[in-house]
Amino acid sequence: MSDLLLGGEPEVSASAPRRGVARRFVRNPLAMTAAIVLTLIVLVAVFAEVIAPGSPTYARLDMVNAPPGGEYLLGGDGAGRDVLSRLIYAARLTLIGATITVVVALVLGVTSGLVAGYYAGWFDNIAGWAANLLIVLPGTIVLVSFFAVIGPNIFVSMAVLGVLFAPNFFRLVRNQVIAVKNELYVDAARVSGLRDARIISRHILFVVRAPIIILSAAIAGAAIVVQAGLEFIGLGDPATPTWGGMLQDAFANMYTGRHLLLPAGLAIGVTVACFILIANGIRDALEGDEARPVRRPPPRDADEHAPIPASAADNGALLTVRGLAVEYVASHGPSKEVVHGVDLCVNRGEIVGLVGESGSGKTQIALSVLGLLPAGGSTPRGHVWLHGIDLLTQSSRSMRQVLGSTIGYIPQEPMSNLDPSFKIGDQLIGPMRRVLKIPTEAARLRAIALLERAGIVDPPRVMSSYPHQISGGMAQRVLIAGAISCDPALLIADEPTTALDVTVQAEILDLIRELQRERQLGVLLVTHNFGVVADVCDRVAVMKEGRIVEDRSVLDIFSDPRDPYTKMLLSSTVEGAPLRDPLGS
Amino acid sequence: MLVFLTRRTLAAVLLLIAITGLAFALIYSSGGNIARNILGELATQEQIEALTAKLGLDRPLLVQYLDWLGSAVTGDLGVSYFTATPVLSSLATRLPVTLSLVIVSIVLSTLIGVLLGVAAAVQRGWLDRFIQIFSVVAESLPNFWVGLALVSVFAIGLGMFPATGYIPINQSVSGWVSTITLPVAALVIGSIASAAQQIRSAVLDVLKKDYVRTLRARGLPEQVIIFRNVLRNAAPPAVTVVSLQFIGMLSGAVLIERVFALPGLGSLAVNAAILGDIPVIMGVLVVTAIIVVIINLIVDLAITWINPKARVQ
Repeated sequence: MSDLLLGGEPEVSASAPRRGVARRFVRNPLAMTAAIVLTLIVLVAVFAEVIAPGSPTYARLDMVNAPPGGEYLLGGDGAGRDVLSRLIYAARLTLIGATITVVVALVLGVTSGLVAGYYAGWFDNIAGWAANLLIVLPGTIVLVSFFAVIGPNIFVSMAVLGVLFAPNFFRLVRNQVIAVKNELYVDAARVSGLRDARIISRHILFVVRAPIIILSAAIAGAAIVVQAGLEFIGLGDPATPTWGGMLQDAFANMYTGRHLLLPAGLAIGVTVACFILIANGIRDALEGDEARPVRRPPPRDADEHAPIPASAADNGALLTVRGLAVEYVASHGPSKEVVHGVDLCVNRGEIVGLVGESGSGKTQIALSVLGLLPAGGSTPRGHVWLHGIDLLTQSSRSMRQVLGSTIGYIPQEPMSNLDPSFKIGDQLIGPMRRVLKIPTEAARLRAIALLERAGIVDPPRVMSSYPHQISGGMAQRVLIAGAISCDPALLIADEPTTALDVTVQAEILDLIRELQRERQLGVLLVTHNFGVVADVCDRVAVMKEGRIVEDRSVLDIFSDPRDPYTKMLLSSTVEGAPLRDPLGS
Repeated sequence: MLVFLTRRTLAAVLLLIAITGLAFALIYSSGGNIARNILGELATQEQIEALTAKLGLDRPLLVQYLDWLGSAVTGDLGVSYFTATPVLSSLATRLPVTLSLVIVSIVLSTLIGVLLGVAAAVQRGWLDRFIQIFSVVAESLPNFWVGLALVSVFAIGLGMFPATGYIPINQSVSGWVSTITLPVAALVIGSIASAAQQIRSAVLDVLKKDYVRTLRARGLPEQVIIFRNVLRNAAPPAVTVVSLQFIGMLSGAVLIERVFALPGLGSLAVNAAILGDIPVIMGVLVVTAIIVVIINLIVDLAITWINPKARVQ
């Protein structure tokens, strides 16, 4: 049912760090408090006879709607019964009801989910269909209708509610089983002759146990709210004290006993909040530290650092990077630095390759120049001058202006870098209208010309296509057209050919080279491929573990590599095949 | 498109038949109890049998259902066991009340939820934390209790609104507003929190996408990216959330109508359930099922319209 579980299915990733989940949960003060409060509530429910000051059903006429603070600590209800005692006894029924719902949902949902996911076939179809049906039914209306058949038996109602909640478990378990079923270790278990039941219990239930606990807590909370609602509208058992029933009484005595509203309402609220906080606590513990909000550091002030050396701004370079460091907020403790102060420059009309193995920090440099480091990343030291302006000190608004008009960006993965919801034409025209301030029609004509220049055969057709309707090579051409659409002086290309077929790779590189010559662009080309470097670059900077170890012309590097790391990289290129002559002869 | 529509409509009709069939089977399988409920505890066995036969409850379940379905298709949902009014006409007077409550609520909660959710995803910081806390509190308090608290403070305490009752919009607009404000507030508080949470996480998901970085690199202003590209891509999950909330509000309305004595579908269902007035219950279930089916159909269409990949070529 859909009423209260909009939180949806908790996401599971098999790779989530599992060790330390319990420790992280215990360290979360909110979740721990909730766990303690909930334990207290359970204890109160179990030992109600000992704790309650009186009988929950004994009515005294002189205590009808008595205000709190007198003989009855929380006052008397509409029938002259002790509110506190009723509150304590009601916890019992509420918790039993919630348990029934969770157990029914758990047993039904997990079993059917396991069977449907593991054996698939007709059972999967039918169960999936039933789950889709149950999940859209408005729960309270179903329960109200059932009341006509089952009468005032709250436990049966709660069991029916469990059936309505079962699809949540079903979907969770089924999807997880399907995800895990074809993992190698499950195959291995199957080959080694383990029976299905054992595979399911050993490998599959183990993976989903935490999400199941999260979902159980969420359902327990939702069940308490539904139960209180049923009792409130008079569909409960009037003979036993319940929180919902107490609110019904408060409603009936709205004008004379306003003190009746708070105790039961708070009892429900606190109990449900405990379940929700416990669920959130486990989820956060599972997600590890990703869940922590990350604050974007403000742009650094240019003044707090050394004054810009005049030479840096005036040495004729288009882009000058000096002493740049990049760091990321680490899970615990100090931030982790991934780039340790690098120097780099790109002149007009020059293609500079930035080479290194993955993780060496080359993409971090490219993204720092763009001012588009992902959340958690920052540039604590260094300068990035473009035309003599330090980009690292710009506000995000003025940085945006630089980006559109002066720097063009060609990303690595063409398909994921086009917005799937908009036509390609829209994606080209939008930035041109904003940055170049030209009317739509002019931008459209320009987009067609750009696409044609980028080697697209039928530009108008591509303009009216969505990204999923074109090939990866075409998408990369579109992105290159986009990158040069506002006449930048500098192109930053982050592994522009890595995701493409080998034949397309060469064409794309040729295109970049041609455009660079035509427009006298400076290009910073990030790649891990020395073949690409040999093909198009004028100069190359070799990166290793966040540092630049060698920065020389391509000719020099290929003929006389100095750094041992460069030598190692060169010797491992293309499985020992001879390199293409860097002279391009 | 036409094929798609026809297929979806057919599926919707099948779903309707399945829901009503299931409900019918569960409710009518207790044949004898129905007559006993009507006649009361003191009725003799003969009286019960006579009434069971008179109402046709002694026939096989399938025959009863086909009979009911046949009349239902022509718009005849039977008459109430107790008041002898046709079920369809009581539904017709009750439905507008519930729908006006739920529709006003869903529009408000969607608007505010989207704004809060987007703001929380973009700004993070204190607003994000506030929404997290707000949603735990709002999820923990039953909406009918919020309704009771609102009545206690604003109607009884401050006298700003009538505590109970309903004035149709065609009688007096200001009267309608005054009678519907507190119920809407009670219904909306929880769903705003949950809508904001869901929209927040949908927006955060989209903000992580590569194409958002590329759009930023193209020099587009952040507001344009957020309100054009990010919202458009976050829309499909958001539409699903809103549709589930709409259905959830139908449930919530049952309790809220009780608190504010609104003559809606929910109070009709509760009274019928307590009396054992089966035809009315079935009527309420049919209307609810139709609403659910229509909502799902709209969601399917909306998602197809929003997401070009789902569009039929």
